[in-house]
Amino acid sequence: MNQNPDSEKGRKPGFGLILHLHPRKVKESTLRFNLTFGLGGMAALLVVIQVFTGLLLKFHYEPSPENAYNSILNLQESLLFGQMLRNMHHWSSIVLLWVVLLHMLRVAFTGAYRKPRHASWIFGLALLLLVVLSNFTGYLLPWDQLSYWAVTISTNLLAYVPLIGNSIMEALLGGKEVGQATLTNFFNLHTGVIPLLMVVLMAYHFWRIRKAGGVIVAEKDKDGPMVDTRPYLLNREFVVAMALLAFLVILSSLFDAPLRERANPSFSPNPAKAPWYFMGLQELLIHFHPFFAIVVFPVTVLAAACWLPYIKLEDRNQGIWFLSDKGVKSAKVALASGFVLTVLFIGLSELLPDPELLLSSVPSLVTTGLIPFAILAGALYFFLKQIQRKFSLNRSEIIQSVIIVMIVSYTVLTLTGIFFRGEGMNLMWPWKV
Amino acid sequence: MKNTTENSGATREKGRREFLKKAWKILGVVAVAEFVFFFVSLLKPSKELKKSKPGSTVRIIGNIEEFLPGTVTPDRINKLYILRDSEGGFLALSLICPHLGCSVLWDETKKQFDCPCHSSAFDSYGVVLSSPAPRPLDYFPVILEEGKVKVDVSQKAKRRKFETSQMTYAI
Repeated sequence: MNQNPDSEKGRKPGFGLILHLHPRKVKESTLRFNLTFGLGGMAALLVVIQVFTGLLLKFHYEPSPENAYNSILNLQESLLFGQMLRNMHHWSSIVLLWVVLLHMLRVAFTGAYRKPRHASWIFGLALLLLVVLSNFTGYLLPWDQLSYWAVTISTNLLAYVPLIGNSIMEALLGGKEVGQATLTNFFNLHTGVIPLLMVVLMAYHFWRIRKAGGVIVAEKDKDGPMVDTRPYLLNREFVVAMALLAFLVILSSLFDAPLRERANPSFSPNPAKAPWYFMGLQELLIHFHPFFAIVVFPVTVLAAACWLPYIKLEDRNQGIWFLSDKGVKSAKVALASGFVLTVLFIGLSELLPDPELLLSSVPSLVTTGLIPFAILAGALYFFLKQIQRKFSLNRSEIIQSVIIVMIVSYTVLTLTGIFFRGEGMNLMWPWKV
Repeated sequence: MKNTTENSGATREKGRREFLKKAWKILGVVAVAEFVFFFVSLLKPSKELKKSKPGSTVRIIGNIEEFLPGTVTPDRINKLYILRDSEGGFLALSLICPHLGCSVLWDETKKQFDCPCHSSAFDSYGVVLSSPAPRPLDYFPVILEEGKVKVDVSQKAKRRKFETSQMTYAI
């Protein structure tokens, strides 16, 4: 950056690093809270909180199947603020995943994934995967019934990936079953490899934002006035940070991080569920052939997300949530139809006879994989054609509708898995689960 | 690389540079791939397998006469069930459900194994009665010697269907 000696005036020590992350001046229009909701900054703060609380937890945690559970009990019961420390780490991890997902949604809606921000988007996707992986590896560490069986189920999902699935699973587990080697692997991934990778990717992620000229702004604000980063941006960031911290402290004081009985490898609880963010996948697995639920769907979605920045778009509108009134309307329609269709799908597959039994001569890859997948893809295509004709949308609004349908569907699947699946993974009302 | 039809020195020079750039990129990708391979193989099981000596994986489950014909006996330490069918044959079944790895429970009244996770069910020979389990319960070869029932827990075998050859009979 071109340093102007005049702007050094009035610069207090201690702000150097922050002013290195941020430019000296920012566009006034980017300070509007509902442009970004401060989500990226929150994610960064949450990572810092996780590193900090995690480092403290490491002093009391022992990564062995014999002692892991007791070390957590000891931490919670006999250490000053031990329970609070674990609660903070637990709740921050959940809030982090939410914030990262919302941040991604914001970026997608405001079109901030387009060139020259495409690298930030791709690295953002990598960071999302790392956050999920970090969450997942941390899930095992308490070594209670919840973590043992959730990790068993999730890693067994990998066995359905053709060709490489089994070797990935064995590498992750360090063997055929969850045991000491698994705990060693997960502990080192969780406390070393993943945080290190995250810091590197985050640095690149931030740098690319600065290279692109800061937070995205709408076309009409391109030549808007500039203001000093300090105090205008920093004060706002400080307020958001304090509010988030207060929220986490309140959450952690009210609700303890769950800890069930010590892991028992010979008794699985009923029902045994994956961690909440994988519940959508587990729900898909009830309806689809494993190859489709574990490979086809996730890979399709991830590939589509990577491809997103390279789609040619005719409009130049960026930095706005919705491009037009009809865009808002079609977004609402997409939201409603995504919800109704997914609920209908879950309900119907419960009521209709199992296609696998109905057509028992046809391989299940076709009956519970190819056929439903083709129907779903066809329905999505038909739906998009319809709303495109009805609202005469442009391409970026269509993309927005697709994103909404997918997010709503996955949310419904996840909520169903968490709240409506009881004993034997049968559908039931939440109060009976 | 795009412009190779023109043969002037400048484009040849440009072509060489781009070739070298590309070569560096490919080398970089190869290096990353090598490192990932190295890292993944570092995670793999070798750590545990080294510890076990040959023969130490054979576990004594109990005396032959303790297992009455027509019963299923759990051994939770070795994570298996011993079936002695009505003809006196032995079969050791893994208690791990082949669907997603939960542990199945023996239901004495229905004479079947139930998986608590996704309600797969298996008959007493481990054959699937209701999905989503993709195959029968895994089994171990049973060794009957010196009046004892022994199982080599390292010899867990997958199977597509039940065959009488999987059973072991006392002579």
